Amino acid sequence: MKPTEALTIAWEAILKNKIRSFLTMLGIIIGVAAVIIMVAISAGTEATIQEQITSLGSNLVFVQGAMMRGGPGQAPQGGLVYDDAAAIETGVDGITAVVVEQNSSETIKYGDVILENVEILGTTVGFPSVRDMEIADGRYFNDQEIERKSKVAVIGYSLAQELFGESNPVGQYVKVGNTKLAVIGVFKEKGLVGNTDFDSRIYLPISVVFQKFTPSMFARFMGDSVRMIYVEVDPDANLDNIITQIELLLVKRHDVTLDSADFSVTTQQDIISTQESTTSAFRSLLAWVAGVSLIVGGIGIMNIMLVSVTERTREIGIRQSVGATPNDIRLQFLTEALLLSIIGGLIGVLVGVGGAYIFGALSDMRTVISASSILLAFGSSAIVGAFFGYYPANQASKLDPIEALRYE
Amino acid sequence: MSTAHIIIKTVDITQVYGMGDISVAALRGINIQIQQGEFVAIMGPSGSGKSTLMHILGCLSQPTSGQYFLDGEDVSHLNKIQLATVRNQKIGFIFQAYNLLARTTALQNVSLPLLYNRVNPKTKEDGLEKARNMLELVGLETRANHQPHELSGGQQQRVAIARALVNDPVMVIADEPTGNLDTRSGTEIMNLLHQLNEQGTTIVMVTHDPKTAAHTQRTINLVDGLVDSITHNGRHSTQPVGEAQHETH
Repeated sequence: MKPTEALTIAWEAILKNKIRSFLTMLGIIIGVAAVIIMVAISAGTEATIQEQITSLGSNLVFVQGAMMRGGPGQAPQGGLVYDDAAAIETGVDGITAVVVEQNSSETIKYGDVILENVEILGTTVGFPSVRDMEIADGRYFNDQEIERKSKVAVIGYSLAQELFGESNPVGQYVKVGNTKLAVIGVFKEKGLVGNTDFDSRIYLPISVVFQKFTPSMFARFMGDSVRMIYVEVDPDANLDNIITQIELLLVKRHDVTLDSADFSVTTQQDIISTQESTTSAFRSLLAWVAGVSLIVGGIGIMNIMLVSVTERTREIGIRQSVGATPNDIRLQFLTEALLLSIIGGLIGVLVGVGGAYIFGALSDMRTVISASSILLAFGSSAIVGAFFGYYPANQASKLDPIEALRYE
Repeated sequence: MSTAHIIIKTVDITQVYGMGDISVAALRGINIQIQQGEFVAIMGPSGSGKSTLMHILGCLSQPTSGQYFLDGEDVSHLNKIQLATVRNQKIGFIFQAYNLLARTTALQNVSLPLLYNRVNPKTKEDGLEKARNMLELVGLETRANHQPHELSGGQQQRVAIARALVNDPVMVIADEPTGNLDTRSGTEIMNLLHQLNEQGTTIVMVTHDPKTAAHTQRTINLVDGLVDSITHNGRHSTQPVGEAQHETH
């Protein structure tokens, strides 16, 4: 029997049992569609995260104190101090801005509203620009106010709503801990970035935070400790070079070695690659789950093909009596299984691509359909068909012609 | 004796089912010879071994011992693939239950053996042409595109006969060909077989019905796995020739 004839016979057999053929294919259809949709969703998520991170500016370097134990009255056990920022600003070439932040938490009162454990963030003038925050109302504090330790504050979007409701916060006074602060501005909504909620914080001049909320008796000798220094790098400058400059400068200032450094220098790129490894792990997990459904589809094909072989025992006997060899019979059923899974695979690709598209359009999850996932899904469906089709086909080929002809 | 070509020759064929103490001998040494152009009936009561013999003669199974020469070739030790090729090339089957493929047209059913013909493969067009000729031979050329369920029993059996002949076999084996048919259709089928026989086709027919057997030239009677007797029916002018253990007239 020629392969083309086997294909014709298989095609006719599939057409003779349209509903059964469709149900047999259904497992493969769902499996292939699942692979494509799952991969599209995870690729979409990945792309969204990456865009979010890059929108913060990939030219930002984070310098973090590695051993900071913040808190009022507590001695800083190493880590970054405010003067480090000034040293970076003057001592490192190729940077455009340096921003410092130090945080604490306090109770905030406005009229009858009392909020406990609100994060207060002391920072400098460049903060809104490096963290991409915009003022909705009022203004941000300036260098003079930091210099003079002015009792002013800018509040986050959700915090403003909790404290002031519908009324305008600008010009009002809030009590943070024991300090009365004038609200001079409100930020626009920013939302969560990573684990940080930018909207539930109150932003103060860093000098005020040092004085009122994180005072330290060691500050006079060691400088006021800070949580984080943001260094914005000139887009044309070499990032690695700047990281090295910062590291060398701080190692020297802190009198430590690079191996035992009390700080860490990371970039957006590091965060992106961490995110990428997480999402690619997520993606391969989804792909595996979808792959399992493909295998289940294959078992479905095997199941139906076994039933089909039994049901068509007499047909097999007839074919054997007119001269079909075991190989002919095996080829016939294997071709049928393969054709079922390939047609199922094709329908699955259509359903998967359409499904991913519709899913992306109807939900706020983004989907990215990749050619490789289509090839992967379709290829595995064919392999699954051949693998699970072989056993029933082989069983068929081993039937005894006399028994097969007698089968009712 | 004639110089006619010997189609079937068996030497001490036995067939034993099972093993050891519980083994049953279905055939206990069959020696028969059938020549080209003969129309022979194999008769016997149920359990006589006639089906077993038919399966061996039809190359659907192998004898436990003994030799079977089909068209001069010893086929008793062929493997499954070789047996399939012999069935395809040299044997045409007609079954009691017609055994046509369901939901497949008469023409496609007739062409089925061509599909497995590796020895003399035909192009698709030539194959269909041949199948059409065979349908014409059995008088069903107008029913070529009908499926089995659209045909009467007699018509289905005629399609089966056309299928049996399409690869130009050296003999046709008919297993109770009229068993499922009413008398009139049965007679038609028998007449068709006679007609084919007169045109030179060798036919071996298995039956339990003496009336049907009487249509043939010679009846081989089996009892308990042995050839009990051979009857020359004498209805035909051609005098059949055969060798057997016993002959009664």
